[in-house]
Amino acid sequence: MSKSNTKLASRNKWMQRFISAPYVVWSIGFIVLPLLMIVFYGITTKDGRVTFDNLKMIFEPTNFSTLVLSVQLSLVSTLVCLLIAYPLALALRSLKLKSNGLVILMFMLPMWMNFLLRTIAWQNILEKNGVINMLLGAVGLPKLNIINTPAAIVLGMVYDFLPFMIIPIYNVLAKISDDVIQAAADLGANQFQILIRIIFPLSLPGVVSGLTMVFVPALTTFVISDILGGGKILLIGKVIEQKFKQGNDWNGGSGLSLVLMVFIFLCMAIVQKYDKDSEGSGVW
Amino acid sequence: MKKALFAGALLGVSLFLAGCGKKYANGEVVVYNWGEYINEEVIDMFEKEYDIKVVYDEFTENEDMYPIIKTGAVNYDVICPSDYMINRMIQEDMLYELNLDNIPNYKNIDKTYLQSAEEFDPGNKYSVPYCWGTLGILYNRTMVEEPVTSWSAIFDEHYSGNILMMDSVRDGMGIALKYLGYSMNTADENQLEEAKQLLVSQRPLVQGYFVDEVRNKMIGNEAAIGVIYSGEAIYTQRENSDLVYVVPDEGSNVWIDSWAIPKNAKNKENAEKWIDFMCRGDIALLNFEEITYSTPNTAAREMIKDEDIKNSTIAFPGRDILDRCESYRYLTTDVEAMYMKKWNEMKVSN
Repeated sequence: MSKSNTKLASRNKWMQRFISAPYVVWSIGFIVLPLLMIVFYGITTKDGRVTFDNLKMIFEPTNFSTLVLSVQLSLVSTLVCLLIAYPLALALRSLKLKSNGLVILMFMLPMWMNFLLRTIAWQNILEKNGVINMLLGAVGLPKLNIINTPAAIVLGMVYDFLPFMIIPIYNVLAKISDDVIQAAADLGANQFQILIRIIFPLSLPGVVSGLTMVFVPALTTFVISDILGGGKILLIGKVIEQKFKQGNDWNGGSGLSLVLMVFIFLCMAIVQKYDKDSEGSGVW
Repeated sequence: MKKALFAGALLGVSLFLAGCGKKYANGEVVVYNWGEYINEEVIDMFEKEYDIKVVYDEFTENEDMYPIIKTGAVNYDVICPSDYMINRMIQEDMLYELNLDNIPNYKNIDKTYLQSAEEFDPGNKYSVPYCWGTLGILYNRTMVEEPVTSWSAIFDEHYSGNILMMDSVRDGMGIALKYLGYSMNTADENQLEEAKQLLVSQRPLVQGYFVDEVRNKMIGNEAAIGVIYSGEAIYTQRENSDLVYVVPDEGSNVWIDSWAIPKNAKNKENAEKWIDFMCRGDIALLNFEEITYSTPNTAAREMIKDEDIKNSTIAFPGRDILDRCESYRYLTTDVEAMYMKKWNEMKVSN
């Protein structure tokens, strides 16, 4: 009996490996190898000597101030996303929809359009003679001048990344059992106490993964700042792009990328801490 | 310039497509040109007349093309880089000398442009001009008090918030250098620092730094003054008749994109036939009508029917304007890095 069980288990193990093989090959070829190449370029010079100069480049005043600005803007965007997404996710939960499909669809639908196009649309909306200013002008209100300012970039980031905040939070909230909430009410907690002491702590994993999923792409974007910042606001992502393309300096670009990766690893560490019940690990 | 993302995909598709089709008696020629930079009819005509198969690929920036030629990832027979890139490729011994006996239509190329081309290709040994243009100011005559003639307009507080600057390191720094009376190819750090300071003082006045967007913003009356390439200017004037293009008195950049044959070409003779075909008057005219960038081809210019275009000082500026202009030269990696550093320091200034 036990013998056939182990046999079955090992067959399952092989099956799992077989099925996941394409993904493993993919991730080695397109995630692990490129990362190793970036590490290699990042810590060598053009003629192949090991150096830390590429990493130290982040402390050049220009590069450092772009990093600081990038962190500031992406923190603000992440916070704004959270403030919008959490109440929305709560409201969605209280709708008690039978299938999640509709909710997901509502937020995914705009994402099926290319995000470049949607960002360019914002450029047209916010422009000096754009849609908003035409409407404001028509009713005699003063014009709004946020295009080519940090505010426009934050707006673009929030708009583009908001779904990444809503969906993980909603997923966690939807899983919280009503029994837990009713039990809290039975024991005398008011609505506010239930929210702060029951729902919020239970939803933390969703919040944390939402924060990461917004913060990381916001930190590294250069397209949004290009389109909505009018080239006036230089972010670290753009500096890295320049190094690779115009500067043809792959070593410098990789070095700066490695520095940014520190932030990403920090975020992943935080998620790991909160996301304890992760599933499906240990296939290989 | 986000188009760069598609360049790779395009390359793959075109190489795949290259595998299909009929047999040609005289082999093939593999062409690498800028995107939307030819009249596609011309490619078919070449295939029919010479019985040579054309494999046609496109790039979006000189910097995208360079590593492919340098590493020999694809063996292109004929390429169309800009001036400073040709200069760099000559310095790095990446180009074949052309045999002009195989390019009889070379006689159609106006001596004026060959003379300008000598700045980056001394002796005109390696390249044949294909298209060219200038960098200048496009202004809206209803939004300025007097006609713009000087770069000073884009540093004028009076037009604060109404200026569109070029978001390109060489062009941006080049304009400031030229306004200060220096060469656009200077390697002197003090001059670059001075140019940077000028650009720092300009930054608060600028609505934004753009490249391709200048065209539509000027047509849409979003700004009074914009820096733009002459090739775009004719198009903008068709859309908005208030727009005027001018090459400022201090001088500016003249750029030339030219055909050249890389050392790793496999079909050098076919490549020369291609270049000769591009220099033929009727072919150059077909290309000019399609892409509206100025042609250095005198035979083609003779054949232009529209008198306004034929005598347009935007498409065909006189010698006096060209004498004020300078073409870019390749400045070695270190100097170009310094240009970028100064430009970025300006971008993060307050």
